[in-house]
Amino acid sequence: MAEILSLHDAVKQFVNDGDIVALEGFTHLIPTAAGHEIIRQGKKDLTLVRMTPDLIYDQLIGAGCAKKLIFSWGGNPGVGSLHRLRDAVEKQWPHAMEIEEHSHADLANAYVAGASGLPFAVLRAYAGSDLPKVNPMIKTVTCPFTGEVLAAVPAVRPDITVIHAQKADRKGNVLLWGILGVQKEAALAAKRCIVTVEEIVDDLKAPMNACVLPTWALSAVCLVPGGAHPSYAHGYYERDNRFYQAWDAIARDRDSFAAWIADYIHGTADFNEFKARLASVSEAQ
Amino acid sequence: MTYTTNEMMTVAAARRLKNGSVCFVGIGLPSKAANLARLTSSPDVVLIYESGPIGAKPNVLPLSIGDGELAETADTVVSTSEIFRYWLQGGRVDVGFLGAAQVDRFGNINTTVVGSYDNPKVRLPGAGGAPEIAGSAKQVLIILKQSARAFVNKLDFITSVGHGEGGDSRKRLGLPGAGPVGIITDLCIMEPEAGTHEFVVTTLHPGVTREQVIAATGWEVRFAENVVYSAEPTETELTALRDLEARTAIAHGQAPGEA
Repeated sequence: MAEILSLHDAVKQFVNDGDIVALEGFTHLIPTAAGHEIIRQGKKDLTLVRMTPDLIYDQLIGAGCAKKLIFSWGGNPGVGSLHRLRDAVEKQWPHAMEIEEHSHADLANAYVAGASGLPFAVLRAYAGSDLPKVNPMIKTVTCPFTGEVLAAVPAVRPDITVIHAQKADRKGNVLLWGILGVQKEAALAAKRCIVTVEEIVDDLKAPMNACVLPTWALSAVCLVPGGAHPSYAHGYYERDNRFYQAWDAIARDRDSFAAWIADYIHGTADFNEFKARLASVSEAQ
Repeated sequence: MTYTTNEMMTVAAARRLKNGSVCFVGIGLPSKAANLARLTSSPDVVLIYESGPIGAKPNVLPLSIGDGELAETADTVVSTSEIFRYWLQGGRVDVGFLGAAQVDRFGNINTTVVGSYDNPKVRLPGAGGAPEIAGSAKQVLIILKQSARAFVNKLDFITSVGHGEGGDSRKRLGLPGAGPVGIITDLCIMEPEAGTHEFVVTTLHPGVTREQVIAATGWEVRFAENVVYSAEPTETELTALRDLEARTAIAHGQAPGEA
């Protein structure tokens, strides 16, 4: 059964130094507040898994939380580069970080394998691509029935997955809708799972085939309204495209990035204070 | 109506998308061209985005691959793993529509690194969905602006395979799809030559010279025996494109022309 906890307590209890951590959400429902809390608590040596690192991992990487990144597309969507990711890869700042690079189809299948309790995923992929030359985890397997040579990649089995969703009920059952990405697979592939939600309600009123994660499959549910900003929560708020653009300038420079982390993350006690800080600065402009 | 070379590129790419075809769309230029096709010559084209929407009919162009607009206007929204497993790998995609940072003469694509992998000159975003789209879609269209930096003699990294080393390379690799059938740029359209599968110029956009194309290509580009000229964008095409861009700019709070 999921405990209803504060995000501070959930991260403290369920995220450990050295963990394999997946914070998933494909453009939609990105669990930004949880990323901030991991930075605030100074977690380190994390192996970060995420299909699209996005701003959330740019922040964790720049803040020095990551020793390794497993990913499949690392850009600032609609804007350009992730400067902290690039600085870590190209110039080892703030320290050297190992990368393990896949394609989307590969990682999506690897999460399915993880959720299915299988050791590896099989897919038709990578023939003619240079990615297997730089990622020794991409191997091949021969189909015992047809002889076809297929790609084999290890299952993703995070120690902890964090996702953001729209609603939970008071028992900790979670409902999400819209663009689902690999969130269900990431949640079920993990040993522990935290879900941050927009609201906690008496009754989810979920349609019959809706995407519901039952409370007994989760570790903790945390009420964090707005917790997916600057991504969006379908039915609650839109994507803050301006913030994605503004992030380019903040993250481009080490000093401006460090000042932002000091001010907005270490300078705030929780996500509510972060939101208030962001709102007061944008009002002043 | 007067038009820009970028508009010509988008219109030329949109014309390549047949009505009723199922198209797996990359973000950016492919998404713009595919939606222009849907709004003009191919109203029944089915647009699939890797984030999960199938049959998306966005009123404004998405800024990210998973904008809510795509989900709201789709026939159905499935998980990303289902998109890649059932719909792409399952053989249900007619056209994969891709952008690229760099291409070579065989339509291979680099979106990973310029320079060496371990010590890159430029670290690009990486693969995303492209390698399997390039492998499994029945056909692939590539759209990008032409320059000698983008059209290179040798790629530093092959992220997504086109015709490999040319000839029957794709067949030997066992790839199910036919691979890239067109590269559409702001100057011309290139198509694979029968047999060698080397991309040669088959169509020039109006007013573009062979010298311009040669200067903007990093390999010794060849021209088909009968090079034709693209029809200029019609008023209908240009109006639909400009309206789409204007709606998009307003929706995303961008300046006109930024979309």
